[in-house]
Amino acid sequence: MNAFKPVLTEHIHQKDCHTLPFYKSVGGYKALEKVLAMQPDAVIQEVKESNLRGRGGAGFSTGVKWGFIPKDSDQPKYLINNADESEPGTFKDRLLMNKTPHQMLEGMIIASYAINCNTAFIYIRGEFYKEYQLLKETLAEAYQANLLGQGIFGSDYNLDVVIHRGAGAYICGEETGLIESLEGKRGWPRIKPPFPAIEGYLHCPTVVNNVETLACLPHIINHGADWFKSIGSEKGPGPRLFCVSGTVNNPGVFEEPMGISLKELIFDRAGGIPENKQLKAVFPGGSSSAILTAEEALDVKMDFEDLVEKKSMLGSAGVIVMDETVDMVQACLNIARFYAHESCGQCTPCREGTAWLVKMLTRIVNGQGKPDDIDMLYEITDNIGGRIDFSKGSFGKTICPFGEAVAWPVRSFVEKFEDEFRSYIQQLEAVA
Amino acid sequence: MDRIFSQYPDKKSATLSLLHLAQAHEGYISGSVIDTIADLVECHPAIVMDCVSFYSMFFTKPQGRHKIQVCQTLSCSVNGADALVDHVTNKFSIKPGETTDDKRFTLMKVECLGSCGTAPVVQINNDYHEGLTNERFNELLESLP
Repeated sequence: MNAFKPVLTEHIHQKDCHTLPFYKSVGGYKALEKVLAMQPDAVIQEVKESNLRGRGGAGFSTGVKWGFIPKDSDQPKYLINNADESEPGTFKDRLLMNKTPHQMLEGMIIASYAINCNTAFIYIRGEFYKEYQLLKETLAEAYQANLLGQGIFGSDYNLDVVIHRGAGAYICGEETGLIESLEGKRGWPRIKPPFPAIEGYLHCPTVVNNVETLACLPHIINHGADWFKSIGSEKGPGPRLFCVSGTVNNPGVFEEPMGISLKELIFDRAGGIPENKQLKAVFPGGSSSAILTAEEALDVKMDFEDLVEKKSMLGSAGVIVMDETVDMVQACLNIARFYAHESCGQCTPCREGTAWLVKMLTRIVNGQGKPDDIDMLYEITDNIGGRIDFSKGSFGKTICPFGEAVAWPVRSFVEKFEDEFRSYIQQLEAVA
Repeated sequence: MDRIFSQYPDKKSATLSLLHLAQAHEGYISGSVIDTIADLVECHPAIVMDCVSFYSMFFTKPQGRHKIQVCQTLSCSVNGADALVDHVTNKFSIKPGETTDDKRFTLMKVECLGSCGTAPVVQINNDYHEGLTNERFNELLESLP
């Protein structure tokens, strides 16, 4: 890992880095110029070869996703930039939007060109009002400079970009929930197939890509797929924005090559734990990932493969650190409450199951837990998430992966810290 | 409003944008606003109401001038979010979900605001306030009319 130089965040500490003149002064929109002279298929091929995998959470190959868009369809095609960042522990897209919005926009134009789309959307989470205002300025700058609109850069390619605000719903980060929401409905995920590439926004072929994924594109075009593949882990290469929060001295977003050790992230980049307290547990990839114990956390690489091997996932790369003072039962309740609040209510196992998890965990925290509550917690998580095996691509009992996203972390808390759950319950027995 | 409609390929896609616009003007979404938007996007009012009830940022009742939204998800929680809620409750005698009698503040506990690196975070109306201490939070509250 010698001398990794940040790619996506190289200029974020410089003055006026969000403006078009600044972005152009550091080579911005050169990749777009290059792309407009290429065939769309060649752009898709280059991105496929780079092995760029989606940065939103699922980690699916971006080039392959684009390749699913039917070439022979005369329907309009749509690109949606998923800027609905709402996975607890994740705050990287907000940084990119604030500091380098043109990098993301250049990526959007490249992606739109590749899939032959003439109207693209930025679906930004409703709470990000400041970023929404900033992006409106970014688009105005881009239209003014003919980077958007008719005949971009003197080519015959036209593209309009629309910013659309969400209104407070975690589930709209799921791509089909997002599409429903954009269509003016509640964000209920759709049954797949058909996948959005075949039938997405207004039944038209649609690609949904995350902000960070799109921000990688200008660099892949400028430096080539081989350059991108040379960074970090082989099976999921490239730079990655790791978010570290929780009980650390120096929380923040750290751009590192895929595959950096979690230990280095926590104890070097994020400055370790305040007052030299002991590490207890870590969410490695947002709150939907299974937690790691301190021992597991100190021995894992932050890439897709190694985390799956540890029965967790890289997800959105949102690392939440919990030190020895954090009560695991209360932390589990906190996360369960988040999911109960955000469950869209469409599937019964998730809607009812998340509510039951909160009820039971609240009861346990209040000293009212019963001896068979532990088994019941396992039963409920199984009923929401099924027996999860990501390696087989299997899903649980719900339409979307939200079910797994709550079952996994809750189950991991109980499995890995069962003693703490039992001690709450035994208190009651002792009193009785 | 024409600008909003012109951005989308169909009318219904404008629903959330129209709701945001209406709420920015009136502070909440009234029944008549729901009917008006339903007419504009050509759907049954129940579909618009469906959106209003689904999304946490839309309110069907008037709120205080300043909506104090304290993030309570894990990273904020382990960095002192509960103390911020308690501070408001003690200072203004309102619990989460309540509004002060003078309509100055509404207190809310909200889920992850996506700013975990600067926990604890409070959103007041449109603005994020990050890395708050009790003292800074208190000064901030005092400064709001």
